[in-house]
Amino acid sequence: MSVETSFKYDKDYVSKFSESRQEPQWLLDLRLRALELAQQLPMPKPDKTKIDKWNLTEFNHISSKENGTELPEQVKALIGEDGEAGNLLVIQNGKTLRSSVTDELAAQGVIFTDLVTAAKEHGDLLQKYFMQDGVSVDENRLTAIHAALVNNGAFIHVPKNVEVKAPLQAIYFHDDEQAGLLNHVIVAAEDNSSVTYVENYLSTNNEGDSVSNIVSEVFAGPGAKVVYGAVDNLAKGMTSYIYRRGRAGRDARIEWALGQLNDGNTVSDNTTHLVGDGSFTDTKTVNIGQGDQKQNFVAQIFHHGKSSEGYILTHGVMKDAASSIFNGITKIEHGATKSNGEQTERVLMLSEKARGDANPILLIDEDDVTAGHAASVGRIDPIQLFYLMSRGISKAEAERLIIHGFLGPVVNEMPLESVKKRLVEVIERKVR
Amino acid sequence: MSTPNLKIENLRVSIEDKEIIKGLNLEINGGEIHAIMGPNGTGKSTLSSALMGHPKYEVTEGNVTFDGKDLFEMEVDERAKAGLFLAMQYPSEVSGITNADFLRSAINARREEGQEISLMKFIRELDKKMELLEMDSSFAHRYLNEGFSGGEKKRNEILQLMMIEPKIAILDEIDSGLDIDALKVVAKGVNEMRNPEFGCLIITHYQRLLNYITPDKVHVMMQGRIVKSGGPELAQRLEAEGYDWIKEELGIEDETVGQEA
Repeated sequence: MSVETSFKYDKDYVSKFSESRQEPQWLLDLRLRALELAQQLPMPKPDKTKIDKWNLTEFNHISSKENGTELPEQVKALIGEDGEAGNLLVIQNGKTLRSSVTDELAAQGVIFTDLVTAAKEHGDLLQKYFMQDGVSVDENRLTAIHAALVNNGAFIHVPKNVEVKAPLQAIYFHDDEQAGLLNHVIVAAEDNSSVTYVENYLSTNNEGDSVSNIVSEVFAGPGAKVVYGAVDNLAKGMTSYIYRRGRAGRDARIEWALGQLNDGNTVSDNTTHLVGDGSFTDTKTVNIGQGDQKQNFVAQIFHHGKSSEGYILTHGVMKDAASSIFNGITKIEHGATKSNGEQTERVLMLSEKARGDANPILLIDEDDVTAGHAASVGRIDPIQLFYLMSRGISKAEAERLIIHGFLGPVVNEMPLESVKKRLVEVIERKVR
Repeated sequence: MSTPNLKIENLRVSIEDKEIIKGLNLEINGGEIHAIMGPNGTGKSTLSSALMGHPKYEVTEGNVTFDGKDLFEMEVDERAKAGLFLAMQYPSEVSGITNADFLRSAINARREEGQEISLMKFIRELDKKMELLEMDSSFAHRYLNEGFSGGEKKRNEILQLMMIEPKIAILDEIDSGLDIDALKVVAKGVNEMRNPEFGCLIITHYQRLLNYITPDKVHVMMQGRIVKSGGPELAQRLEAEGYDWIKEELGIEDETVGQEA
C-alpha cells in the first residue's frame, strides 16, 4: 500500500474534507491557514531528543477500514461492566463508534461529544476554545499539521456551577496500520464547575509506520476543578507527539494523572499555565520504556497567578535499550508572589543499555516564592536482586517486584481508581 | 525424604581478585547445627555470601554439593528453591513491596502453578510465626525491611526462615545488633525449626547466641580456613579465653585474611 505524505493533502483536499464534515467557516479557514503554516514552520525541537529521523509527518489521513457495529474486545475490556451505559465516547481509527451521555448529564447542560459533532452542532462554543489559548496552530509544523488535518476527538463543556459526578470516559482505539491518529480533546469547565475525564489510547499496530499527533486542551475557569486521567498505550508501530496543556483560572484546580506507556517512540509534553491567583495543579506521571524505544517527557508548570501551587511527581522505568529524557520545568513568573512549585523525578534503569536522564529545572523570576526539586536516576540494585532471588524468586519475578515497588507509590497516589487499575494492567504486561 | 546435606570441599573465594576463603572444608547434615566463630575479617561472611551466590564474590576453586548436586551450577534462586537459605547480615530494603506479598511470592516460587498457598493458610501461618517472634502484625503490611531497625530486620529474616522452611539455613551474624530479649526471640525461632530435616550453620563472633541455641559442632575460622573444630565446649572456651590461645597453638600471627603480619 502506498503511503502518502501530508503534503499530498492540499488546499483542495482540506476544503473538501471540511465541507464533507459540514464544518463551520471559521474551522475551514483555520485549517487552510494551518495547511500553509505546515509547509513553512520548522519541526518542534524537544530538549535532548533528536527526532529528525522519526516519521511524524507521513501517514494516511483517513482510515480506509470500516468499523463494525460491535465494540472491539480490547475496548470492551477497558470499559468494564457498566461503562457502556454511562458517559462514553469510543473512536476507532478516527471514526466515532459510540457516543453516549446519561440523561442526568444532558439535563445539566453538559456537552460530551465527539469533535466531528461538536464542529457541526456547537461550532461557536468550539471556536472559543479550539487552538486559541491552549495550543496554538503556529507553534511548529506538527501543531499546524494537527490543525489542518485533525480528524476527531472529544469536546467537553461543563456550564457554570455544574458538578459532574461520574467520570466521562473516552477510548481512542486504533487498528489501522497506515492511518494517522489526529485526535483533539477539549475539556472546558466553566466557573465553579467540576468534571473528571479519563481517556485511554490503545492501538494494535506493532508493525507498520503510523503517526499519532495528539492535542489536549484543558480550561478550568475560576473556581473550577478538572481531573484529567490518561493511559497512553499505543503500539510499537506508532510514533507519537502528544501535547496536553491546561490553563487554570483564579482558584481553579487541574489534576493530571498520566500513564505514559506507549510502546513506540514518543514525545509527550504536559504543560499547565497557572493563570489565576490561587490556582493549583498537580501532575503525576508513570512512564515505562522498553526495547529500543526513545522517549521524551516534559512536565511543565508556569506560575503566573499569585499564591499558585504546582506539583510534579514522575517515576519512570527504563528496560532493555530504551532511553528517555525527563524534563521537569517549574517556571515562576515575576509577580507570582507566594507561589509554591515542587517537583520530583525518579528514574530506574533495569539494564546496562537502558538510559534515563532526569532534568529538574526551576526558573524563578520572583523573590517571594517557595520551590523545590528532587531527582534521582539509578540502576537496579544488584544486591536487592540477590536478596529477593535468595528467597527463591526468579530474576524476572524479582525485577517485576522491584518495578512495581518503584512505580507503586505514584500509581497509588493517582486520583482515579479506573486509571490506577488500568495502569497496573499495562505495567504488569510491560514488565513481564 | 533423604537427610539434607551440604558438602564444601577445598573452597576458595575471591572478591575483586583478593582471595578471602583459602581452602575450606565443611559438611553439614540435616539435624545438625554448626557454628562458625572467629574474629572479624577472617572470611566468615564471605563464606555465607559465596554459598548463596552473591554477585560480588568469585569462587575460584573447590566443590560444593547440596544434596549431591553441584551448588555452583545453580542460579541464586535455584539454590534457594533447592532448599538453601541465607539470613543476611544486612538485609536489603525494597520499597513498594509489602513483607506479606514478598513472603507469598517466595513461598509460591517453590510451588507448581495451581498449587499456590491459599491466602487463608498463608495468613494463618504468618500470624502464628509473627506471634512467636513477637513481631507486631503491622510488619506484614510494611514495605520489605524499609525503615526497619536493625533488630526488626533480623527478626524479619527469621520470620522468612520459618515461613520458607529451608533444608539448610545459614545465619550470618544474626545476633549482631540484638539486645538480649531480641536475641532470645531469634533463638526461639531457630530452635523451633530444629528437626532431622533441617540443618543450620550459624556464623557469629560472639558466643552469647550459642547460650540459647546449642550447636552440635563449633568451628573456628581464621585466615580464610577452618583452623579448629570441636563441640559446644569450644565456644565456651573461646568466650572465656578469646582467640589468642588458638593463634598460639597454630602459630598464627594475624588471624585476618590478607593482612601481612
